[in-house]
Amino acid sequence: MIATMAGAPISIEHVGHGYGPLSVLHDVSLEIAAGSRLAVVGPSGCGKSTLLHLIAGLEQPRAGAISVAGGDLPERRLAGCALMPQDDLLLPWRSALDNAALPLMNAGVGRGQAREAALPLFRRFGLEGFEQEQPRRLSGGMRQRVAFLRTLLAGKGVLLLDEPFASLDALTREELGGWLAETLDQEPRTVVLVTHDVDEALRTCERVAVLSPRPGRLLLDAPSTHLSHDDLMEALRS
Amino acid sequence: MKRFAWVGVLAGLLLAWEAWVDLRSVPDYLLPSPSGIASALWDERSTLLSQAAVTAREMLLGFALAVILGLGAAILLQRLPWLRSAVYPLLVASQSIPVVAIAPLLVIYLGFGLSPKALIVALVCFFPITANALDGFASAPAELRSTMRTLNATPRAIFWRVELPWASPRVFTGARIAASYAAVAALFAEYAGGSGGLADSMHDQLDTQLVGAAILLLALLALALFGLVTLLERVMIPWAREG
Repeated sequence: MIATMAGAPISIEHVGHGYGPLSVLHDVSLEIAAGSRLAVVGPSGCGKSTLLHLIAGLEQPRAGAISVAGGDLPERRLAGCALMPQDDLLLPWRSALDNAALPLMNAGVGRGQAREAALPLFRRFGLEGFEQEQPRRLSGGMRQRVAFLRTLLAGKGVLLLDEPFASLDALTREELGGWLAETLDQEPRTVVLVTHDVDEALRTCERVAVLSPRPGRLLLDAPSTHLSHDDLMEALRS
Repeated sequence: MKRFAWVGVLAGLLLAWEAWVDLRSVPDYLLPSPSGIASALWDERSTLLSQAAVTAREMLLGFALAVILGLGAAILLQRLPWLRSAVYPLLVASQSIPVVAIAPLLVIYLGFGLSPKALIVALVCFFPITANALDGFASAPAELRSTMRTLNATPRAIFWRVELPWASPRVFTGARIAASYAAVAALFAEYAGGSGGLADSMHDQLDTQLVGAAILLLALLALALFGLVTLLERVMIPWAREG
C-alpha cells in the first residue's frame, strides 16, 4: 500500500455553480464517507467535471458549501484531493518514472528518493520495464496507468477521477476498469469517479449518483448493488 | 529528393541571373553577375574571411546576450504579473524605435569596441525570444495546471516543471527568428561604429561585386546561426520534434 491519508469524507451541501449567465450545477447535495467510492454519471455538459473541480478546491461554488475532511476552505480541499483528468497529461519531456514521481518531488522529496519510491509500483501496475520510456512510446492504456500511479503518489485521501479511460478503445477500457477496481480495493481512498460508462460506474464504485442535463441536479443516489445497467440508463434518459 | 529541391531552385535562379546580365550586357555597377561575385569572393577571400570572423563574433555574442536577456525578461514578466502589465506594452512600443537611429548613440556611450555592437544585435534580437517565450508559458493547458495543483505543486513548481519546459519549443522558434535578424543587426552596428567586419567591404557601393560577396558571406553567417539554433533544439528538446 502507498503511504497516504487513508481516505477522507466529502460533504457537498446544496451546491450550485455556473459561469457567467450559464448555470452548470443546481442544488447538489452528497455525503461521501471516508474510504468509499462514488461514481457520478450524467450526460455531457451536466457539470460532472465542474463538480470535481469544486471538490478539489480549484473553484469555489456560487452557492452551498463543500468540505473535504472537515475543511471547507479551497486550500484545505486542495490539500486533500488529487485529480486525474481525462487526458493523461503526462509531461512528454519526462520518463514514465519521473512523471509518476512528480507529486513526491513537488512535495519536496529529492528526485532520487522520489524515483525509488515510485519504482516498486511499476511492477504492481504492470509497467515493469517501461520506467525509462518517454510517454509517447507507451500505449494509451499504459499512459493511463502511469497517470493513475502519479495520482496515487500524490498521497491524498481523495482521488477525483475524471473519465480516466474515456479516450481508450472499448477493450482496453474494460480491461483497465477491472484493474482500477482491483487496485482501489487495495488502496483505501475516497474516490469520486466521473464516467459516461454506466457499467464502469457499477463495477468500480459502491454508490452511483446520476445528474440531470445542465444545470446538473441530482436525479438518483443509490448503492450499486441496488442498481442495474437498465436502471441507470432509464435514470439518464429521464 | 524533396529535401534537396532548393539546390535545383537556387541553381536555376543563378543561371537565369547570369544569363540576364550577359545577354542584356548589364553593367557591373548596376547588377553584378553571380560569376563576378564569385570571382570577387575568391580574389578578396583573405580580407572577406577575416571580416566575416569579426561579424560572426558580434552576431554570436549579441545573440547569446539576446537569449539571456530575452528569456530572463520573459521569466520575470511571467512570474510577476504586475510587472508584465507595467512593462510589456512599453517593450512592444520600443520595437518601433529604429535601431539605425540609436546605434550611433550606443557607439557614443560605449565606444568603438565589441560591446556596443553586441548590444545592438541583442536589442534587435531579444524581443522575438521574449514574446515567443511569454506565449509559450501561456500555452500550457489550464487542465494541466489544475491537475498539477492537486499533485502538490506550488505556483513556483508549476512554472519550473511545467510552464518553462512547455514553452521551450516556442523559445526556440523565437531564437530562430532572432538568429535570422542577427546578421543584419551586426551590419547596422558596424555601419554605426566601424569594426573591421563585413560592413567595411560594403562602403564602396559601386564595387557591387565585392558588396555581393560580402552579402553572400553575411547570408551564410545568418544561415549558420539559424542552423546552430535548430541543432541545439534537436539536442535539447528531442521530445518536441518527435511529437
